[in-house]
Amino acid sequence: MSKEKLIDVNDLATYFHTEEGTVKAVDGVSFEIYPGETLGIVGESGCGKSVTSLSIMRLIESPPGKIENGEILFNGKDLTKLNQKQMRKIRGNDISMIFQEPMTSLNPVYTVGDQIMEAILIHKDVSKKEARQEAIDMLTKVGIPLPEQRVDEYPHQLSGGMRQRVMIAMSLSCDPQLLIADEPTTALDVTIQAQILELMNSLKRQFGMAIMMITHDLGVIAEVSDRVAVMYAGKVVEYADVKDLYGDPKHPYTWGLMYSIPHIEKDLERLEAIPGNVPNPLNFPEGCKFNTRCQFATDKCRVDEPELEEVEEGHYSACWHVDKLEEQKAKQGRG
Amino acid sequence: MEWQEVVIRLFKNKISLIGLILIIFFGVIAIGAPWIAPPSDPSEPYMVPRAGWGFEPQPPSSEHIFGTAEGQYDIFYGIIWGTRTAFRIGFIIVGISSFIGILVGTLAGYYGGWFDEVVMRITDIFMAIPFLIAAIVMTTILGQGLRNVMIALITFGWMNSARLMRSQVLSIKEEEFVIAADALGAGDFRIIFKHVILNTIFPLVIEASMRMGSMVITASTLSFLGIGAPEGYADWGQMISFARNWILGGEGNAIKYWFTVVIPGGAITLFCLSWNLIGDAFRDILDPKLQ
Repeated sequence: MSKEKLIDVNDLATYFHTEEGTVKAVDGVSFEIYPGETLGIVGESGCGKSVTSLSIMRLIESPPGKIENGEILFNGKDLTKLNQKQMRKIRGNDISMIFQEPMTSLNPVYTVGDQIMEAILIHKDVSKKEARQEAIDMLTKVGIPLPEQRVDEYPHQLSGGMRQRVMIAMSLSCDPQLLIADEPTTALDVTIQAQILELMNSLKRQFGMAIMMITHDLGVIAEVSDRVAVMYAGKVVEYADVKDLYGDPKHPYTWGLMYSIPHIEKDLERLEAIPGNVPNPLNFPEGCKFNTRCQFATDKCRVDEPELEEVEEGHYSACWHVDKLEEQKAKQGRG
Repeated sequence: MEWQEVVIRLFKNKISLIGLILIIFFGVIAIGAPWIAPPSDPSEPYMVPRAGWGFEPQPPSSEHIFGTAEGQYDIFYGIIWGTRTAFRIGFIIVGISSFIGILVGTLAGYYGGWFDEVVMRITDIFMAIPFLIAAIVMTTILGQGLRNVMIALITFGWMNSARLMRSQVLSIKEEEFVIAADALGAGDFRIIFKHVILNTIFPLVIEASMRMGSMVITASTLSFLGIGAPEGYADWGQMISFARNWILGGEGNAIKYWFTVVIPGGAITLFCLSWNLIGDAFRDILDPKLQ
C-alpha cells in the first residue's frame, strides 16, 4: 500500500487517573488506516477499544481521563495538539462516529430530521430548507422507506435497526473521511445486523470513506474489515490482514479466540474457552499482559513485555513464543 | 411526550382539573380586578380603601361584602387586588429563582470537576441557613417592602432547583445522544441548550409549580410579621395580619370576627392548593416512575 495514510496512530496512551489508581486503558497503541479501507479493532470488553476511538475523537472525559502519550496524525495533523474549537470542526465533519446503542444515541425530544439537520447546520453553510432536503436525501441513502414522512418522526417511533440507519445518516451527512463505528451492530438482532453491515459496506464504496470498526464480534470483523488489530489489556497484540489473521493467527490470544467460536460443521461436546478473565486494569501483570491466561507462558513472559514484531509480511504479533503456538497448531492439525 | 398530550392529560385528570379551574378562577380575578373592585384612586390601585377610622372590624354588610378588617380596611378589595400581588410574588420569585437554579445546576453538572465542587458547596452553605430566618433578616436589612421580600426569597430560594437540575444533568450527560452530539462537533452551548436542558426540565417544572404556593405563603408570612407589604397594601398576608388581634373573637363569641381570618386565609389556602394539585398532576403525568 503506497497510498497516503489517512490516520496514523503512534504509541497512543490514554490513562484514567482514578482514586484507586491509574487505569492504563490504552497503553501504547499504534495502527494506521488508509483512505477507503476498513480497519477492524477487536477485543474483549475493557480491552481499550472504545477508549482508543474516543481518544481519536478527543472525547475522553478529562479529568479523570488523559491522553498521556503518542500522536494521532490525521491527514498529517496531530489531533492531540488541537484545541477544542479546532477539534469541533473535525468532529462530525472529517471524522464521525456511530455508537452501540441506537436506542439511546438519538435525542428523544427531537425528530430524526432535526437531528440529522443539526450536523449539517453545524458544519455546512446552508439554509434550514436545504439542510432538510439533505436530511431527506441522507435518509434515502441509508435505505429508510418514505423518507419525507420519516424525517418528521421521533426516535421512539422507529425500530432499532431504523434508528441505527438514522445514526449512520447523521454521521455521514457531512461526508466524513473516517467513520468510527463503535460496536454498531451489538444491540441489534442478527438479521438487522447483517443489513446494517451490508449498508455500511455499500456506503463506504459510495462515499469513499475509511471505517474503523470496533467490535468484540469476530464474525462482524470478518465480514467488513480489510485489516484487523486485536487488542488485549490496552495493547495491540496482533495486527494483520483479515485473511491472514483468520487463516493463521500468530498470537495465542487470537488463536484462543478463534478456537472458542463454535463451528457449524463440528459437533462439539463443549466449547473451548480461554481460561481466566481479563486482568484488572488497575493491576496488570508484569511482562506480557496475557501471561496469566496463556498456556505457552514462560518465565520470560512474566518479566519482559513483548513488542509487536513482524512475523510474516504485513503480519505483526506481540508474543515471545510464536514458535510454540505454531507447534501446537501443527499438533492439532494432525490430531 | 408531546406538549399537546400533556395538556390533554392535565384536563383528563380530575384532581388537576380542580387545580386548573382554581388557578383560572384566580387568574380571572387578577385580570378583572379593576372591574370587580374599582379603585377609588386609580393612581394607587393597590392601596386598600378604608371605610372609616374605627378600630373594631365590621362584619360583612351589603356595602362591604366581606366586611372590614381592623382599621376599617375593606377585605373584599384587599382580597381581589391581593390576588394580583400573589401572582406577581409567585411568578417573579419562582421564575427568577428557578432560572438561577437551572443555570447553576446545569453548569455545575455539565462541567463537573472543581467548578462543580465550588458551586455546590456554595449551594450547601445557602441551604444550611434556615430559610425563614434568613429571609426575615435580609428583608429587615434591605428595608420593608414587597420588592425586598422578593429579593430575599429569591436569594434563599434557588438551591433546591439547582440541586435537582444538577442531578438531572449528571444522568443525562452520560446518555449516548449527548456524546453523539459532541461527536458531531456541536459546541457546549448547543449541547446544553438543545440536548441537556430540554431533557431535564420536566422535574423542574413540577418543582416550580409546587413552589408557587409555598413562596406565596412565605411572602404572606413576612407580611404577617410586618416586614412585607407596607400597611394598607393589598396583600393577603397583610389582610391576615390585620386579624391578629381578633382571632380569639370577642366577649362570649369566639367566632365573632371569623371573617377577618377565614376569608384571607381561605384565599391563600386555595391558591396554594391549586398549585400543589397541578404540581402533583404534572408529576403523575410526566414521571411514570413515581406512580
